[in-house]
Amino acid sequence: MKQLTLEQKLFLNGFRPDKDSHLRIKDPEKCKTCKLRQCTYVCPVNTYRWENDQITVFFEGCLECGACRVACKSCGNLEWRYPRGGFGINYRTG
Amino acid sequence: MSQTAEKFDAIVVGAGPSGLAAAYTLAKAGVSVAVVERGDFPGSKNVMGGVLYRQPTEDVFPDFWRTAPLERVLIEQRAWVMTEKAVFKFGHRHETFGEEPYNAFTVLRARFDKWVAQQVRDAGALVIPETVVEAPLMDGDKVVGIRTGRPDGDLYANVVIAADGVNSLLAQATGLRPEIDPDQVAIAVKEVIALPRETIEARFNLTGDQGVAIEMYADASWGMLGTGFIYTNKESLSVGCGALLSQLIERGISPNDLLEHMKAHPAVKPLLEGGETREYLAHLIPEGGLRGMPKLSTHGMLVVGDAAMLVNSMHREGSNLALTSGKLAAQAVLRAREWGDYSAESLSYYDQLVRDSFIYKDLYKYRNMSRFFEHHPQFFSLYPELLNEAAREMLTVNGTPKRNKQRAIFWDALRKRSLLRMVRDFYGAWRSVA
Repeated sequence: MKQLTLEQKLFLNGFRPDKDSHLRIKDPEKCKTCKLRQCTYVCPVNTYRWENDQITVFFEGCLECGACRVACKSCGNLEWRYPRGGFGINYRTG
Repeated sequence: MSQTAEKFDAIVVGAGPSGLAAAYTLAKAGVSVAVVERGDFPGSKNVMGGVLYRQPTEDVFPDFWRTAPLERVLIEQRAWVMTEKAVFKFGHRHETFGEEPYNAFTVLRARFDKWVAQQVRDAGALVIPETVVEAPLMDGDKVVGIRTGRPDGDLYANVVIAADGVNSLLAQATGLRPEIDPDQVAIAVKEVIALPRETIEARFNLTGDQGVAIEMYADASWGMLGTGFIYTNKESLSVGCGALLSQLIERGISPNDLLEHMKAHPAVKPLLEGGETREYLAHLIPEGGLRGMPKLSTHGMLVVGDAAMLVNSMHREGSNLALTSGKLAAQAVLRAREWGDYSAESLSYYDQLVRDSFIYKDLYKYRNMSRFFEHHPQFFSLYPELLNEAAREMLTVNGTPKRNKQRAIFWDALRKRSLLRMVRDFYGAWRSVA
Protein backbone atom coordinates (compact mmCIF):
# COMPACT_ATOMS: atom_id res chain seq x y z
CA MET A 1 0.00 0.00 0.00
CA LYS A 2 1.04 3.57 -0.57
CA GLN A 3 2.84 5.16 2.34
CA LEU A 4 1.10 8.30 3.51
CA THR A 5 2.82 11.23 5.13
CA LEU A 6 1.61 12.24 8.55
CA GLU A 7 -0.08 15.28 7.02
CA GLN A 8 -1.97 13.05 4.59
CA LYS A 9 -3.09 10.79 7.42
CA LEU A 10 -4.44 13.75 9.35
CA PHE A 11 -6.53 14.77 6.35
CA LEU A 12 -8.37 11.46 6.78
CA ASN A 13 -9.38 12.23 10.35
CA GLY A 14 -12.49 14.18 11.29
CA PHE A 15 -11.62 17.30 13.28
CA ARG A 16 -13.55 20.27 14.53
CA PRO A 17 -10.76 22.62 15.59
CA ASP A 18 -11.47 25.30 18.15
CA LYS A 19 -10.32 28.86 17.55
CA ASP A 20 -7.86 28.82 20.42
CA SER A 21 -5.39 26.13 21.37
CA HIS A 22 -6.25 23.84 24.27
CA LEU A 23 -2.51 23.26 24.72
CA ARG A 24 -0.37 26.04 26.14
CA ILE A 25 3.35 26.31 26.76
CA LYS A 26 3.66 27.99 30.15
CA ASP A 27 7.04 29.59 29.53
CA PRO A 28 8.36 29.35 25.94
CA GLU A 29 11.75 30.62 27.15
CA LYS A 30 12.15 27.50 29.27
CA CYS A 31 11.89 25.28 26.16
CA LYS A 32 15.07 26.89 24.82
CA THR A 33 17.05 25.22 27.56
CA CYS A 34 15.25 21.86 27.25
CA LYS A 35 17.83 19.26 26.22
CA LEU A 36 15.70 16.58 24.58
CA ARG A 37 12.66 18.55 23.43
CA GLN A 38 10.87 15.21 23.58
CA CYS A 39 7.51 16.82 22.76
CA THR A 40 8.81 17.46 19.24
CA TYR A 41 8.98 13.72 18.48
CA VAL A 42 6.83 11.67 20.89
CA CYS A 43 3.58 13.30 19.79
CA PRO A 44 1.87 10.96 17.29
CA VAL A 45 0.82 13.90 15.11
CA ASN A 46 3.86 16.19 15.47
CA THR A 47 1.93 18.92 17.28
CA TYR A 48 5.07 20.54 18.69
CA ARG A 49 7.68 21.80 16.29
CA TRP A 50 10.88 23.68 16.82
CA GLU A 51 10.72 26.52 14.34
CA ASN A 52 12.69 29.75 14.22
CA ASP A 53 14.37 28.89 17.48
CA GLN A 54 11.12 28.53 19.41
CA ILE A 55 8.48 25.96 20.21
CA THR A 56 5.35 26.17 18.06
CA VAL A 57 2.09 24.35 18.85
CA PHE A 58 -0.04 23.07 15.95
CA PHE A 59 -3.00 21.99 18.07
CA GLU A 60 -5.44 21.46 15.17
CA GLY A 61 -4.42 17.84 14.51
CA CYS A 62 -4.22 16.83 18.18
CA LEU A 63 -5.59 13.35 18.94
CA GLU A 64 -5.94 14.20 22.65
CA CYS A 65 -3.91 11.19 23.77
CA GLY A 66 -1.89 12.94 26.49
CA ALA A 67 1.57 11.72 25.44
CA CYS A 68 2.97 15.28 25.49
CA ARG A 69 1.64 15.92 28.93
CA VAL A 70 3.38 12.86 30.36
CA ALA A 71 6.52 13.48 28.29
CA CYS A 72 6.77 17.07 29.56
CA LYS A 73 6.30 16.03 33.17
CA SER A 74 9.99 16.52 33.94
CA CYS A 75 9.81 20.16 32.75
CA GLY A 76 6.25 20.79 33.86
CA ASN A 77 6.04 23.47 31.20
CA LEU A 78 2.85 22.36 29.49
CA GLU A 79 -0.67 23.38 30.43
CA TRP A 80 -2.67 20.44 29.10
CA ARG A 81 -6.44 20.42 28.76
CA TYR A 82 -8.95 18.68 26.57
CA PRO A 83 -10.52 20.81 23.82
CA ARG A 84 -13.91 22.30 24.69
CA GLY A 85 -16.92 20.00 24.40
CA GLY A 86 -17.75 19.16 20.78
CA PHE A 87 -14.34 20.26 19.50
CA GLY A 88 -11.25 18.31 18.54
CA ILE A 89 -10.90 14.83 17.10
CA ASN A 90 -14.03 13.03 16.02
CA TYR A 91 -13.29 9.37 15.34
CA ARG A 92 -15.50 7.43 12.95
CA THR A 93 -13.96 4.01 13.58
CA GLY A 94 -12.21 4.21 16.94
CA MET B 1 -24.96 26.44 43.13
CA SER B 2 -28.09 27.88 41.54
CA GLN B 3 -31.50 26.93 42.84
CA THR B 4 -32.19 24.91 39.73
CA ALA B 5 -28.91 22.99 39.64
CA GLU B 6 -29.51 19.38 38.70
CA LYS B 7 -28.80 16.76 41.29
CA PHE B 8 -28.41 13.11 40.45
CA ASP B 9 -27.80 10.06 42.56
CA ALA B 10 -24.73 9.41 40.46
CA ILE B 11 -22.72 11.15 37.76
CA VAL B 12 -20.46 9.11 35.52
CA VAL B 13 -17.70 11.04 33.77
CA GLY B 14 -16.76 9.45 30.47
CA ALA B 15 -18.70 7.19 28.10
CA GLY B 16 -16.14 4.45 27.54
CA PRO B 17 -16.54 0.82 28.53
CA SER B 18 -16.07 1.40 32.28
CA GLY B 19 -18.37 4.43 32.50
CA LEU B 20 -21.10 2.89 30.37
CA ALA B 21 -20.96 -0.35 32.38
CA ALA B 22 -21.33 1.60 35.63
CA ALA B 23 -24.15 3.77 34.28
CA TYR B 24 -26.04 0.82 32.84
CA THR B 25 -25.85 -1.18 36.06
CA LEU B 26 -27.05 1.83 38.07
CA ALA B 27 -29.83 2.83 35.67
CA LYS B 28 -31.13 -0.75 35.59
CA ALA B 29 -31.38 -0.63 39.38
CA GLY B 30 -33.50 2.52 39.16
CA VAL B 31 -30.81 5.00 40.19
CA SER B 32 -30.90 8.47 38.62
CA VAL B 33 -27.64 8.70 36.70
CA ALA B 34 -26.08 11.10 34.22
CA VAL B 35 -23.17 10.24 31.91
CA VAL B 36 -21.09 13.22 30.87
CA GLU B 37 -19.10 12.69 27.67
CA ARG B 38 -16.82 15.21 25.98
CA GLY B 39 -17.16 13.78 22.45
CA ASP B 40 -19.87 14.56 19.90
CA PHE B 41 -21.29 11.14 20.67
CA PRO B 42 -20.16 8.32 22.97
CA GLY B 43 -17.35 6.57 21.11
CA SER B 44 -16.13 9.53 19.09
CA LYS B 45 -13.07 9.99 21.34
CA ASN B 46 -12.55 6.35 22.28
CA VAL B 47 -9.63 4.26 21.08
CA MET B 48 -8.43 0.73 21.69
CA GLY B 49 -6.69 -1.93 19.63
CA GLY B 50 -9.93 -3.67 18.90
CA VAL B 51 -10.40 -6.94 20.83
CA LEU B 52 -13.52 -7.18 22.98
CA TYR B 53 -14.15 -10.23 25.16
CA ARG B 54 -17.63 -11.68 25.27
CA GLN B 55 -17.97 -12.91 28.86
CA PRO B 56 -17.08 -9.73 30.80
CA THR B 57 -19.15 -7.67 28.36
CA GLU B 58 -22.11 -9.99 28.61
CA ASP B 59 -21.80 -9.88 32.37
CA VAL B 60 -22.97 -6.26 32.11
CA PHE B 61 -24.90 -6.21 28.83
CA PRO B 62 -26.72 -9.54 28.47
CA ASP B 63 -26.90 -10.95 24.94
CA PHE B 64 -25.18 -7.85 23.52
CA TRP B 65 -23.51 -9.91 20.81
CA ARG B 66 -26.83 -10.71 19.16
CA THR B 67 -27.50 -7.09 18.21
CA ALA B 68 -24.38 -4.96 18.82
CA PRO B 69 -22.29 -3.74 15.86
CA LEU B 70 -19.38 -6.20 16.01
CA GLU B 71 -16.74 -6.75 13.37
CA ARG B 72 -15.50 -10.35 13.44
CA VAL B 73 -15.53 -13.35 15.77
CA LEU B 74 -11.99 -14.18 16.88
CA ILE B 75 -11.18 -17.81 16.22
CA GLU B 76 -7.44 -17.54 15.97
CA GLN B 77 -4.61 -15.85 17.77
CA ARG B 78 -1.15 -15.60 16.23
CA ALA B 79 2.08 -14.45 17.83
CA TRP B 80 5.02 -13.25 15.79
CA VAL B 81 8.53 -12.82 17.15
CA MET B 82 10.18 -10.55 14.64
CA THR B 83 13.58 -9.36 13.60
CA GLU B 84 14.30 -6.98 10.76
CA LYS B 85 14.08 -9.69 8.09
CA ALA B 86 12.54 -12.69 9.83
CA VAL B 87 9.58 -13.88 11.85
CA PHE B 88 9.19 -16.82 14.19
CA LYS B 89 5.45 -17.57 14.23
CA PHE B 90 3.22 -19.55 16.50
CA GLY B 91 -0.46 -19.47 17.27
CA HIS B 92 -3.66 -21.17 18.20
CA ARG B 93 -6.90 -21.68 16.31
CA HIS B 94 -9.92 -23.46 17.68
CA GLU B 95 -13.14 -23.90 15.78
CA THR B 96 -15.15 -23.75 19.02
CA PHE B 97 -14.15 -20.08 19.37
CA GLY B 98 -16.38 -19.59 16.33
CA GLU B 99 -19.42 -21.11 18.03
CA GLU B 100 -22.02 -19.28 20.10
CA PRO B 101 -21.77 -17.61 22.52
CA TYR B 102 -18.18 -16.94 21.31
CA ASN B 103 -15.08 -15.88 23.20
CA ALA B 104 -14.00 -12.58 21.69
CA PHE B 105 -14.75 -10.18 18.88
CA THR B 106 -13.06 -7.38 17.04
CA VAL B 107 -14.89 -4.07 17.32
CA LEU B 108 -14.53 -0.48 16.22
CA ARG B 109 -15.08 1.58 19.34
CA ALA B 110 -16.80 4.57 17.72
CA ARG B 111 -19.57 2.30 16.47
CA PHE B 112 -19.70 -0.13 19.36
CA ASP B 113 -19.68 2.46 22.16
CA LYS B 114 -22.36 4.46 20.40
CA TRP B 115 -24.55 1.39 20.42
CA VAL B 116 -23.78 0.64 24.08
CA ALA B 117 -24.62 4.24 25.02
CA GLN B 118 -28.03 3.77 23.44
CA GLN B 119 -28.62 0.74 25.70
CA VAL B 120 -27.61 2.92 28.63
CA ARG B 121 -30.11 5.59 27.56
CA ASP B 122 -32.82 2.98 27.11
CA ALA B 123 -32.13 1.80 30.64
CA GLY B 124 -32.98 5.31 31.85
CA ALA B 125 -29.66 7.13 32.17
CA LEU B 126 -29.17 10.65 30.86
CA VAL B 127 -26.24 10.79 28.44
CA ILE B 128 -24.88 14.32 28.00
CA PRO B 129 -22.43 14.60 25.07
CA GLU B 130 -20.13 17.45 24.00
CA THR B 131 -19.39 18.31 27.61
CA VAL B 132 -15.95 18.46 29.16
CA VAL B 133 -15.55 18.02 32.90
CA GLU B 134 -13.08 20.57 34.22
CA ALA B 135 -12.92 19.85 37.93
CA PRO B 136 -14.60 18.03 40.77
CA LEU B 137 -16.86 20.14 43.01
CA MET B 138 -15.69 19.72 46.57
CA ASP B 139 -17.26 20.27 49.95
CA GLY B 140 -14.24 19.93 52.20
CA ASP B 141 -12.67 16.62 51.25
CA LYS B 142 -15.91 15.34 49.82
CA VAL B 143 -16.68 15.21 46.09
CA VAL B 144 -20.20 16.58 45.63
CA GLY B 145 -20.36 17.04 41.87
CA ILE B 146 -18.53 18.23 38.81
CA ARG B 147 -17.82 21.50 37.05
CA THR B 148 -18.36 21.21 33.31
CA GLY B 149 -17.26 23.56 30.56
CA ARG B 150 -20.84 24.62 29.88
CA PRO B 151 -22.21 27.92 31.17
CA ASP B 152 -23.90 27.25 34.55
CA GLY B 153 -22.50 23.80 34.07
CA ASP B 154 -22.22 22.59 37.66
CA LEU B 155 -23.81 19.20 38.25
CA TYR B 156 -24.32 17.69 41.67
CA ALA B 157 -24.58 14.11 42.78
CA ASN B 158 -24.25 11.87 45.81
CA VAL B 159 -21.43 10.11 44.06
CA VAL B 160 -19.20 10.70 41.04
CA ILE B 161 -17.71 7.82 39.06
CA ALA B 162 -14.51 8.89 37.34
CA ALA B 163 -14.39 6.96 34.07
CA ASP B 164 -12.47 9.74 32.38
CA GLY B 165 -9.71 7.62 30.92
CA VAL B 166 -5.97 7.34 31.30
CA ASN B 167 -5.54 11.12 31.58
CA SER B 168 -8.11 11.21 34.41
CA LEU B 169 -8.25 14.78 35.65
CA LEU B 170 -10.65 13.77 38.39
CA ALA B 171 -8.36 11.12 39.87
CA GLN B 172 -5.52 13.64 39.87
CA ALA B 173 -7.54 16.58 41.14
CA THR B 174 -8.73 14.54 44.11
CA GLY B 175 -5.22 13.37 44.89
CA LEU B 176 -5.96 9.70 44.25
CA ARG B 177 -3.41 9.56 41.48
CA PRO B 178 -0.14 11.45 40.97
CA GLU B 179 0.93 12.70 37.52
CA ILE B 180 1.91 9.70 35.42
CA ASP B 181 5.60 9.01 34.74
CA PRO B 182 6.73 8.24 31.17
CA ASP B 183 7.71 4.69 32.22
CA GLN B 184 4.14 3.98 33.34
CA VAL B 185 2.42 4.42 29.99
CA ALA B 186 2.81 3.20 26.45
CA ILE B 187 1.88 5.39 23.53
CA ALA B 188 0.08 3.39 20.87
CA VAL B 189 -0.96 4.45 17.38
CA LYS B 190 -3.22 2.69 14.97
CA GLU B 191 -4.48 2.90 11.43
CA VAL B 192 -7.77 1.49 10.26
CA ILE B 193 -7.00 0.22 6.76
CA ALA B 194 -9.83 -0.63 4.41
CA LEU B 195 -9.67 -3.81 2.30
CA PRO B 196 -12.40 -5.78 0.53
CA ARG B 197 -14.03 -8.51 2.61
CA GLU B 198 -12.95 -11.29 0.25
CA THR B 199 -9.36 -10.10 0.30
CA ILE B 200 -9.27 -10.18 4.10
CA GLU B 201 -10.80 -13.64 4.23
CA ALA B 202 -8.43 -15.07 1.63
CA ARG B 203 -5.36 -13.38 3.05
CA PHE B 204 -6.00 -14.38 6.65
CA ASN B 205 -7.49 -17.82 6.06
CA LEU B 206 -10.98 -16.93 7.27
CA THR B 207 -14.53 -17.62 6.20
CA GLY B 208 -17.67 -15.60 6.89
CA ASP B 209 -17.39 -13.53 10.05
CA GLN B 210 -14.32 -15.33 11.40
CA GLY B 211 -11.49 -13.11 12.54
CA VAL B 212 -7.87 -13.35 13.61
CA ALA B 213 -5.63 -11.37 15.95
CA ILE B 214 -1.90 -11.18 15.30
CA GLU B 215 0.31 -9.89 18.11
CA MET B 216 3.80 -8.88 17.05
CA TYR B 217 6.89 -8.59 19.19
CA ALA B 218 10.46 -7.30 19.11
CA ASP B 219 11.07 -5.63 15.74
CA ALA B 220 7.39 -4.53 15.71
CA SER B 221 8.30 -2.16 18.55
CA TRP B 222 11.82 -1.58 17.22
CA GLY B 223 13.31 -3.47 20.16
CA MET B 224 11.50 -1.36 22.76
CA LEU B 225 9.09 -2.62 25.41
CA GLY B 226 5.94 -2.74 23.35
CA THR B 227 3.95 -4.71 20.80
CA GLY B 228 2.37 -4.44 17.40
CA PHE B 229 -0.88 -5.91 16.17
CA ILE B 230 -3.12 -6.63 13.23
CA TYR B 231 -6.78 -7.35 13.94
CA THR B 232 -9.21 -8.23 11.19
CA ASN B 233 -12.47 -6.30 10.93
CA LYS B 234 -15.25 -6.96 8.42
CA GLU B 235 -13.88 -4.69 5.72
CA SER B 236 -10.79 -3.26 7.31
CA LEU B 237 -7.74 -4.10 9.38
CA SER B 238 -6.81 -2.45 12.65
CA VAL B 239 -3.03 -2.13 12.42
CA GLY B 240 -1.11 -0.58 15.25
CA CYS B 241 1.82 -0.64 17.61
CA GLY B 242 3.03 1.00 20.74
CA ALA B 243 5.98 1.26 23.07
CA LEU B 244 6.78 2.52 26.52
CA LEU B 245 6.82 6.32 26.36
CA SER B 246 10.05 6.58 28.34
CA GLN B 247 11.83 4.36 25.80
CA LEU B 248 10.54 6.39 22.83
CA ILE B 249 11.82 9.50 24.59
CA GLU B 250 15.24 7.91 25.19
CA ARG B 251 15.54 6.58 21.66
CA GLY B 252 14.21 9.71 19.98
CA ILE B 253 11.57 7.83 18.00
CA SER B 254 8.17 9.15 16.97
CA PRO B 255 5.12 6.86 17.19
CA ASN B 256 4.19 7.42 13.55
CA ASP B 257 7.68 6.36 12.41
CA LEU B 258 7.38 3.28 14.61
CA LEU B 259 4.10 2.35 12.92
CA GLU B 260 5.52 2.91 9.43
CA HIS B 261 8.53 0.77 10.38
CA MET B 262 6.21 -2.06 11.37
CA LYS B 263 3.99 -1.69 8.30
CA ALA B 264 7.06 -1.93 6.07
CA HIS B 265 8.23 -5.24 7.57
CA PRO B 266 8.52 -7.85 4.80
CA ALA B 267 6.04 -10.16 6.58
CA VAL B 268 3.52 -7.37 7.30
CA LYS B 269 3.61 -5.42 4.05
CA PRO B 270 1.98 -8.09 1.83
CA LEU B 271 -0.94 -8.38 4.28
CA LEU B 272 -1.71 -4.68 3.87
CA GLU B 273 -1.20 -4.54 0.10
CA GLY B 274 -3.92 -2.63 -1.72
CA GLY B 275 -5.31 -1.28 1.55
CA GLU B 276 -6.41 2.29 2.05
CA THR B 277 -5.95 4.05 5.36
CA ARG B 278 -9.24 5.44 6.63
CA GLU B 279 -8.28 6.83 10.01
CA TYR B 280 -5.21 7.42 12.20
CA LEU B 281 -5.62 7.12 15.95
CA ALA B 282 -3.57 7.40 19.13
CA HIS B 283 -4.00 6.36 22.73
CA LEU B 284 -2.01 6.16 25.96
CA ILE B 285 -2.06 2.76 27.62
CA PRO B 286 -1.46 2.42 31.35
CA GLU B 287 1.48 0.03 31.84
CA GLY B 288 2.13 0.52 35.53
CA GLY B 289 0.14 -2.58 36.44
CA LEU B 290 -0.38 -3.00 40.14
CA ARG B 291 2.24 -0.33 40.93
CA GLY B 292 0.24 2.20 38.96
CA MET B 293 -3.10 1.29 40.49
CA PRO B 294 -4.22 4.00 42.91
CA LYS B 295 -6.64 3.81 45.82
CA LEU B 296 -9.89 3.42 43.94
CA SER B 297 -12.30 5.42 46.06
CA THR B 298 -12.57 8.51 48.18
CA HIS B 299 -15.35 10.50 49.82
CA GLY B 300 -18.06 10.74 47.14
CA MET B 301 -16.00 9.37 44.23
CA LEU B 302 -14.90 6.10 42.62
CA VAL B 303 -12.31 5.58 39.87
CA VAL B 304 -12.78 2.92 37.17
CA GLY B 305 -11.15 1.59 34.00
CA ASP B 306 -8.13 3.34 32.49
CA ALA B 307 -8.61 6.21 34.95
CA ALA B 308 -7.65 3.68 37.62
CA MET B 309 -4.83 2.35 35.38
CA LEU B 310 -6.54 -1.04 35.20
CA VAL B 311 -4.76 -2.73 32.28
CA ASN B 312 -3.23 -6.18 32.09
CA SER B 313 -0.54 -5.56 29.50
CA MET B 314 0.69 -9.17 29.54
CA HIS B 315 -2.58 -10.30 27.97
CA ARG B 316 -3.41 -7.00 26.24
CA GLU B 317 -6.59 -6.85 28.31
CA GLY B 318 -8.11 -3.49 29.16
CA SER B 319 -11.72 -3.21 28.08
CA ASN B 320 -12.71 -6.22 30.17
CA LEU B 321 -11.07 -4.79 33.29
CA ALA B 322 -12.84 -1.52 32.50
CA LEU B 323 -16.26 -3.14 32.13
CA THR B 324 -15.87 -5.22 35.26
CA SER B 325 -14.56 -2.32 37.35
CA GLY B 326 -17.51 -0.21 36.18
CA LYS B 327 -19.92 -2.87 37.26
CA LEU B 328 -18.24 -3.34 40.64
CA ALA B 329 -18.25 0.42 41.22
CA ALA B 330 -21.99 0.45 40.51
CA GLN B 331 -22.48 -2.33 43.03
CA ALA B 332 -20.65 -0.33 45.68
CA VAL B 333 -22.79 2.70 44.85
CA LEU B 334 -25.98 0.65 45.17
CA ARG B 335 -24.91 -0.50 48.62
CA ALA B 336 -23.98 3.06 49.62
CA ARG B 337 -27.35 4.28 48.41
CA GLU B 338 -29.17 1.66 50.41
CA TRP B 339 -27.27 2.72 53.51
CA GLY B 340 -27.49 6.43 52.68
CA ASP B 341 -23.74 6.61 53.25
CA TYR B 342 -21.38 7.83 50.51
CA SER B 343 -18.38 8.31 52.78
CA ALA B 344 -14.91 7.12 51.84
CA GLU B 345 -15.35 4.22 54.21
CA SER B 346 -18.63 3.09 52.69
CA LEU B 347 -17.35 3.43 49.12
CA SER B 348 -14.15 1.54 49.92
CA TYR B 349 -16.36 -1.50 49.48
CA TYR B 350 -15.51 -1.01 45.79
CA ASP B 351 -11.78 -1.38 46.53
CA GLN B 352 -12.63 -4.62 48.28
CA LEU B 353 -14.74 -5.89 45.37
CA VAL B 354 -11.90 -5.18 42.95
CA ARG B 355 -9.44 -6.87 45.30
CA ASP B 356 -11.58 -10.01 45.31
CA SER B 357 -11.98 -10.03 41.52
CA PHE B 358 -9.76 -11.22 38.69
CA ILE B 359 -8.70 -7.59 38.15
CA TYR B 360 -6.54 -7.38 41.24
CA LYS B 361 -5.50 -11.02 41.09
CA ASP B 362 -4.21 -10.70 37.53
CA LEU B 363 -2.51 -7.36 38.17
CA TYR B 364 -0.90 -8.95 41.24
CA LYS B 365 0.27 -11.95 39.24
CA TYR B 366 2.04 -9.72 36.71
CA ARG B 367 3.04 -7.00 39.18
CA ASN B 368 6.77 -7.24 38.34
CA MET B 369 6.46 -8.02 34.66
CA SER B 370 6.52 -4.56 33.10
CA ARG B 371 9.51 -3.44 35.14
CA PHE B 372 11.37 -6.69 34.46
CA PHE B 373 11.05 -6.41 30.70
CA GLU B 374 11.72 -2.68 30.81
CA HIS B 375 15.12 -3.48 32.29
CA HIS B 376 15.82 -6.54 30.12
CA PRO B 377 15.72 -5.20 26.55
CA GLN B 378 17.46 -8.36 25.32
CA PHE B 379 14.01 -9.97 25.16
CA PHE B 380 13.09 -7.49 22.43
CA SER B 381 16.31 -7.72 20.43
CA LEU B 382 18.93 -10.36 21.23
CA TYR B 383 16.66 -13.32 21.99
CA PRO B 384 14.32 -12.81 19.01
CA GLU B 385 17.45 -12.60 16.87
CA LEU B 386 18.87 -15.84 18.31
CA LEU B 387 15.53 -17.60 17.91
CA ASN B 388 15.16 -16.61 14.28
CA GLU B 389 18.77 -17.38 13.44
CA ALA B 390 18.48 -20.81 15.08
CA ALA B 391 15.36 -21.53 13.03
CA ARG B 392 17.07 -20.36 9.87
CA GLU B 393 20.13 -22.50 10.54
CA MET B 394 18.06 -25.63 11.19
CA LEU B 395 15.95 -25.07 8.08
CA THR B 396 18.87 -24.33 5.79
CA VAL B 397 19.91 -27.50 3.96
CA ASN B 398 23.56 -27.20 3.02
CA GLY B 399 25.24 -30.51 3.69
CA THR B 400 26.14 -29.63 7.30
CA PRO B 401 25.08 -32.39 9.72
CA LYS B 402 22.28 -31.30 12.06
CA ARG B 403 24.36 -32.00 15.18
CA ASN B 404 27.01 -29.59 13.94
CA LYS B 405 24.30 -27.02 13.28
CA GLN B 406 22.98 -27.38 16.83
CA ARG B 407 26.49 -26.90 18.21
CA ALA B 408 27.02 -23.84 16.04
CA ILE B 409 23.74 -22.33 17.24
CA PHE B 410 24.65 -23.05 20.85
CA TRP B 411 28.14 -21.52 20.65
CA ASP B 412 26.88 -18.55 18.70
CA ALA B 413 24.36 -17.84 21.45
CA LEU B 414 27.03 -18.19 24.14
CA ARG B 415 29.28 -15.72 22.33
CA LYS B 416 26.48 -13.17 22.53
CA ARG B 417 25.39 -13.81 26.12
CA SER B 418 26.87 -16.05 28.78
CA LEU B 419 25.02 -19.16 29.87
CA LEU B 420 24.73 -17.82 33.40
CA ARG B 421 23.19 -14.57 32.15
CA MET B 422 20.77 -16.45 29.91
CA VAL B 423 19.69 -18.68 32.75
CA ARG B 424 19.17 -15.63 34.94
CA ASP B 425 17.25 -13.80 32.18
CA PHE B 426 14.84 -16.65 31.58
CA TYR B 427 14.44 -17.49 35.23
CA GLY B 428 13.65 -13.82 35.89
CA ALA B 429 11.22 -13.66 32.98
CA TRP B 430 9.50 -16.79 34.17
CA ARG B 431 9.30 -15.45 37.73
CA SER B 432 7.77 -12.17 36.51
CA VAL B 433 4.88 -13.89 34.75
CA ALA B 434 4.48 -17.13 36.73
